[in-house]
Amino acid sequence: MKSMKRKKILVDTGKYLICAAMLLMIGVPLYISVMGGFKSVGQLRAEPIGFPDPFEWSQYGNMLVGKTGKFWSQLLNSVIIAAGTVGVVLVVGTFAGYALARIKFRLNKAIYAYFQLGFFFPLAVAILPLYLQLRKMGLIDKYFGVILPQAAFGLVMMLMLLRGFFKAIPNELEEAAAIDGYGRFGFLFNIVLPLSTPILATVSVLTLVNSWNNFFTPLLVFNAEKRYTLPMGVMNFMGQYAADWNLILAFLTLAMVPAVIIYILCQKYIVAGLTGGAIKG
Amino acid sequence: MHGGMGKPSFLTLAILLGPALILFTLLVIVPVVEAAVFSLYKWNGLGPMVNFRGLQNYLQFFKDAIVHKALLHNLIIAVVSLAIELPLALLLALIVCDTRFKGAMFFRTFFFLPYVLSEVITGVLWQFIYHPQYGLVRAIWGLFAPIETAPTLLGNPSTVLGAILVVIIWKYFGLHMTIYIAGLQDIPKEQIEAARIDGASAWQIFKSVTLPGMRTSIQLSVFFSMIGSFQVFDIVWAMGKGDPVNAGETIVTYMYKIGLQRFNIGYGGTIAVCIFFICLVFNVFYQKFLFREEA
Repeated sequence: MKSMKRKKILVDTGKYLICAAMLLMIGVPLYISVMGGFKSVGQLRAEPIGFPDPFEWSQYGNMLVGKTGKFWSQLLNSVIIAAGTVGVVLVVGTFAGYALARIKFRLNKAIYAYFQLGFFFPLAVAILPLYLQLRKMGLIDKYFGVILPQAAFGLVMMLMLLRGFFKAIPNELEEAAAIDGYGRFGFLFNIVLPLSTPILATVSVLTLVNSWNNFFTPLLVFNAEKRYTLPMGVMNFMGQYAADWNLILAFLTLAMVPAVIIYILCQKYIVAGLTGGAIKG
Repeated sequence: MHGGMGKPSFLTLAILLGPALILFTLLVIVPVVEAAVFSLYKWNGLGPMVNFRGLQNYLQFFKDAIVHKALLHNLIIAVVSLAIELPLALLLALIVCDTRFKGAMFFRTFFFLPYVLSEVITGVLWQFIYHPQYGLVRAIWGLFAPIETAPTLLGNPSTVLGAILVVIIWKYFGLHMTIYIAGLQDIPKEQIEAARIDGASAWQIFKSVTLPGMRTSIQLSVFFSMIGSFQVFDIVWAMGKGDPVNAGETIVTYMYKIGLQRFNIGYGGTIAVCIFFICLVFNVFYQKFLFREEA
């Protein structure tokens, strides 16, 4: 018995050592970024890890209220694009997911298979013609030039999640709704959607995170600096302030904050969506 | 499935499915087909497309030394993901899925955090970590050797790919860990209890109960990491755009340079089509051989 207890302590110690190592691996770079923003370039060079001494508030301060970089306008661009993408995906995905999950018609399977082709077509494959197409449609440097392609390429996965969830809604509910005189749209809006808040939340949050972090599409579509999103802003800022790493780290930290907040608030939905738990409801 | 609503009218179906079909066709399917057409031409994206080259671009693709290099890098990323990232994720999942393990929920949340950060932000952050005049690597190097000899990891062709691989693992292992935790939670506890009562060792339980029970989640995570390995762009772009001398080049960064920096849309289209076929072949192979037993 005693040796088993000792073995358990040993195993537990091992587990904590592994977790601690990973914790440092993730935590130290993040810590360095946050603290680096409070240091002067000289301090940063001499003490990349240590605590800032003295704390210099001017880097963060100049970005938040001063004229260094364009944090707020880039944040706003990111918000507009994320909100637009979530809106388009929710409306378009819910309608199509509902039809494919609950309506019997001849082409149902074929249309679903057609959408699934999207899994074989990464954005990268389409990027050059997409650029020409958007140029033809006059969408270069327009918000919709980023929103629509993001929605189109994100649609497949979200459609699958929505369809799976709608399919699991019991038929009895639909029969009862028909007796109460609801049509297909009445059933969708009055019964299906109120029951589907978990999946709608999951789809929204996943789309939001994808849009927030997307770099490829805005890079393609936006030439005008006033349209830059945060990830583009970070790259641009780095080009401008090449040697001022304290400024770059401050900007980086500010750009990270919204994603971290979203994550902390919506962790449940993100995890459910990525692990298939969302469909099980 | 019928539910007593009768036959749907065409208008109903058009309203419900129309927007999705139009969006998907116009911005996903049409561009992909167009890429295939462009791949047969030499074209700079402006003016009429008249310089038909047949399969010449494809011949060029197969002979292009940078393509070989880039694909090799993608392959290395795939292999390292399979051999290091996924086992690491599995190990951590096994540790933190046990809710009696103190701090389990905290570790889970924290380990997943890098996944929600943007690739570009991650890449720039690590540029600093690796920076030869400021970074963390330099500081650690200084503890063991003269600090002036600190390596330029991202500037040296022989280390840049390794440096990028570390960041890829850093960013994505949490996703795989989370998928595995979901799989572990689906294994009935009674099965594990029963095996334990039968006197099975921890290793035996892992091998004959846990691993088979995680089949679906392992398949899912392998699928994500393989497809992801051939589509890496943002992280590499943010950490030096595949340079120096293409030592960090991946197939998508190369395509971007060819297509949108040198405006060789035809050859860029060829590379795109080849990326598609690589993903397709992998998909078919995967479904046939690895998903087989499920069907």
